[in-house]
Amino acid sequence: MVRDPVCGMDIEPRDAAATREHMGQTFYFCSPKCVAQFDADPHQFAPTALTAATAPTPAGSATTGFNPGLSLTRIDLPVLGLKREQDGRGVEAAIRGVPGVRSAHANTGSGAVTVEYDPRRTTTAALAAALRPAGFRAGGAQTRIGIDNLRCTSCVGFIEDDLRATPGVLSASVNVGTQEATIAYLPQQTTLAQLHGVIAEWGYKARPTVSEEPVDKQEAEHDREYRSLFRKFLFAAVISVPVLITAYPQFIPFVRDWSMATLRLAWLGAALLTLPVLFWSGGHFFTGAWAALKHRAANMNTLIALGTGAAWLYSTVAVLFPGLFPAGTSEPFYDVVAVVIALVVLGQALELRAKGRTSEAIKKLMGLQAKTARVIRDGETLDIPVEEVLVGDVVQVRPGEKVPVDGVILEGSSAVDESMLTGESLPVSKQAGDEVIGATLNKTGAFKFRTTKVGKDTALAQIVKMVQDAQNSKAPIARLADTISGYFVPVVMILAVLTFVAWFNLGPQPQLVYALVTSVTVLIIACPCALGLATPMSLMVGIGKGAENGILIRSGEALQTAQAIKTVVLDKTGTITKGKPELTDVIVAGAWAADDLLRLVAAVERSSEHPLAEAIVEGAKARNLVLTDPTAFDAVPGYGVLATVEAHKLAIGNLKLMQREGIGLGTLEAQAAALADQGKTPMYFAVDGLAAGIIAVADTVKADSAEAIAALHRMGIEVVMITGDNRRTAEAIAKQMGVDRVLAEVLPEDKAHNVHLLQAEGKKVAMVGDGINDAPALAQADVGLAIGTGTDVAIEASDITLIKGSLRGVVTAIEVSRATMRNIKQNLVGAFIYNMLGLPIAMGLLYPFFGILLSPLIAGAAMAFSSVTVVSNANRLRAFKPRFSAR
Amino acid sequence: MTASQIAVTLTGIALSGFIAWFFWFAPKGQTRAAAGVGGVQEVAVTVKGGYTPDVIVVKAGQPVRLRFTRQESASCSETVLFPDFSRSAKLPEGEEVAVEFTPDKPGEYGFQCQMGMLRGKLIVE
Repeated sequence: MVRDPVCGMDIEPRDAAATREHMGQTFYFCSPKCVAQFDADPHQFAPTALTAATAPTPAGSATTGFNPGLSLTRIDLPVLGLKREQDGRGVEAAIRGVPGVRSAHANTGSGAVTVEYDPRRTTTAALAAALRPAGFRAGGAQTRIGIDNLRCTSCVGFIEDDLRATPGVLSASVNVGTQEATIAYLPQQTTLAQLHGVIAEWGYKARPTVSEEPVDKQEAEHDREYRSLFRKFLFAAVISVPVLITAYPQFIPFVRDWSMATLRLAWLGAALLTLPVLFWSGGHFFTGAWAALKHRAANMNTLIALGTGAAWLYSTVAVLFPGLFPAGTSEPFYDVVAVVIALVVLGQALELRAKGRTSEAIKKLMGLQAKTARVIRDGETLDIPVEEVLVGDVVQVRPGEKVPVDGVILEGSSAVDESMLTGESLPVSKQAGDEVIGATLNKTGAFKFRTTKVGKDTALAQIVKMVQDAQNSKAPIARLADTISGYFVPVVMILAVLTFVAWFNLGPQPQLVYALVTSVTVLIIACPCALGLATPMSLMVGIGKGAENGILIRSGEALQTAQAIKTVVLDKTGTITKGKPELTDVIVAGAWAADDLLRLVAAVERSSEHPLAEAIVEGAKARNLVLTDPTAFDAVPGYGVLATVEAHKLAIGNLKLMQREGIGLGTLEAQAAALADQGKTPMYFAVDGLAAGIIAVADTVKADSAEAIAALHRMGIEVVMITGDNRRTAEAIAKQMGVDRVLAEVLPEDKAHNVHLLQAEGKKVAMVGDGINDAPALAQADVGLAIGTGTDVAIEASDITLIKGSLRGVVTAIEVSRATMRNIKQNLVGAFIYNMLGLPIAMGLLYPFFGILLSPLIAGAAMAFSSVTVVSNANRLRAFKPRFSAR
Repeated sequence: MTASQIAVTLTGIALSGFIAWFFWFAPKGQTRAAAGVGGVQEVAVTVKGGYTPDVIVVKAGQPVRLRFTRQESASCSETVLFPDFSRSAKLPEGEEVAVEFTPDKPGEYGFQCQMGMLRGKLIVE
């Protein structure tokens, strides 16, 4: 009997509706439904299957030669940072120091150390641990496994020990708080299913964690925290009701008839009721304040803890020992404690909700990643999670599937939709030898490819990392807010003290009550959070918005500078133009049909290796012409080509060739000059000794360049074109494009200098180029925008990378920058004004003139919602739509 | 002015002075990073209401590895930023996350949470 891993039913193997091979095991299924479920996510079911009585022991990996039967085990342990080392002696010495190790040989080339060891005496985890003190870390896959209902802390140690003793595990730690095990392991040596099995042996159900992505994990954390905050809020809110009744008895029927003695008892009740509010609902304010205090620091927690703590202490002393205070001042205000904590906790919960939405863009990017890969190892096809794919694995991709990681095609061909990463809307055809990028979608054919980059090295992972780093970078505009918030809280505390003194000395009777209420209000209304949140939240949304539109902004600084751009310098070749010559004109002189001539010419050019020849052949192919092979071919360097095709003698080349061959050109010479004026490269051709026409080739402009340049003009930006071309050609294209200024005949090494000259005019200059030849100019410009070739995001010189090779990206980049900076300014101004107005009013500055005094309850509400407002305003940016819609 | 008013005034002024001294002028404890065998300067930092330790002294030109462990659920501290080195790291609760870089120039560099509520200082000598 075997067990169906999906429904758990025991069945006879020969009666099974279907079988599947997965991770070296055979699974049997009772029904097609169960198979379908298993196929959807084999990993979810594999662990349960392992623990079933019939589970076979997974075979040792043949690739690494690991065999538990032998007394010595040999593994290749990848060591991070080893490739940078001169020699691997440090690593070798560290590993050899582990008892049970026979030998260790470090290979700095491959970044791995080959270890022979006795598996009965040591473990891979011990080897990995030995690397640490030497300053190295073992590489490998990292995974997290959720453990359901893990409550007992003593089991944690046992599970950890067992995991660490599993061959191939480098480190393992179990966290009771999150109910998860974090395991680093060598995928060659062990499988996820084995790890699940180890946990299951302790009687716990292992489940795949929500996701390996930190963003999802963060979201899960946010969710937990939100629910916790909301519970705290509810509790505080419920307690607030009776506390408010005792605080304002004069307004409540029946209660107002209570005697002073009854009221005093009710106040005592309120004192007791508010204690759990203080220490449970508001507990994090106190622990946070204490932790900060230990670091001689103060923050929002300090203010709230001081404010509510002072209110509770004063109230309790006043209720217990009314005699200590002047008549009429012994009234408590527990309502401040309960209501303020309720409001601020609610504010924090709402803020958290709103914050979650700011990282939407990253989530979208990460969602592109394939979850599993079909890997062929030792002739076996395995469906494994994408995290376990290794460099050098052979992966099979079928039509309609996502390419899991980056690699090079070995066999097969297909069209791949790369629009999600490169913005190229048409599927790209791929053959053996071509690169494929992870997260792109395979459309038509099936192929196998060898992986070259996995995990954190894939193009997608790099994009995600870059965007995240940029989101968390600082914009210069935040510096002022940062400096202020560094001093803010202690200043507020001093203000609160001075307010107390002023009201105590100068205020109306009862002075003590006024002094206390005003100083508590000052503590509560101050909101350092709004100041601190203003920039990062908008930056997060803005940079994410850029990424959604194919614009990778490297830092907050780049984003801030981009909004002030007054001049955009465009490199001509590859930026305005496609950077590749194309056939533009065929001018016929005799009685020939244009297509027939082109066919003959292209047939000749097919044998030529000249770059312009390729353009002619491509042009002919685009017109669906069938090309024959020339019977004779003679390239004349510096002149052109002489050839025989379909019994016609052809001469193709420049003026010198025609003169050498004695061919009269007539009006063609003037036409050629006209083409040259337009920036094209004309070539004459003659058939059987007679001039037959001109064929012109040019680096054509991208379809949307003119549109983008017009949009830049509308934004009030001067557009400059820089090129090495001669002035005539450059002017021709500039006119066609509507460029304001042309810098022609500029040597590549002088581009940076020219950018510098423009900057000397006192303008903020952006340079747009391909990032390779233009690196110095990109670095010189205030903002360097590199037009990426597909996924090459690691263009170091650029501040902004446009992953879609279109100038529209420049427009969108500036738009995103302007929108984000506007949003940041709104937030900063709002937060400053709030505190600048709130604090003096709370101190009672309006009281002598208008008799206006702020209630601490209102201060609490204002404080709670000021930071929510900042985050919500940042979220408004999510509605940003570029002029040129992404796709 | 009554006696109590004078007392309150004097206490208030003294308290203000104390606050200023305590938060701004009092000397802070420093933690020196210990260099490992490979020359990597390592410090384990606990994140709970603040960074412990929060003033870390390292040597210039040698790689630094700061191992952060966040031991709280408050979302404020979920990201640690090193704006001067444009490094940032998400800190999932209870997980050790290493931030590595090599400071080249001596000086004082701040690190902080996303909104600047928690702050620490890296002194490069």
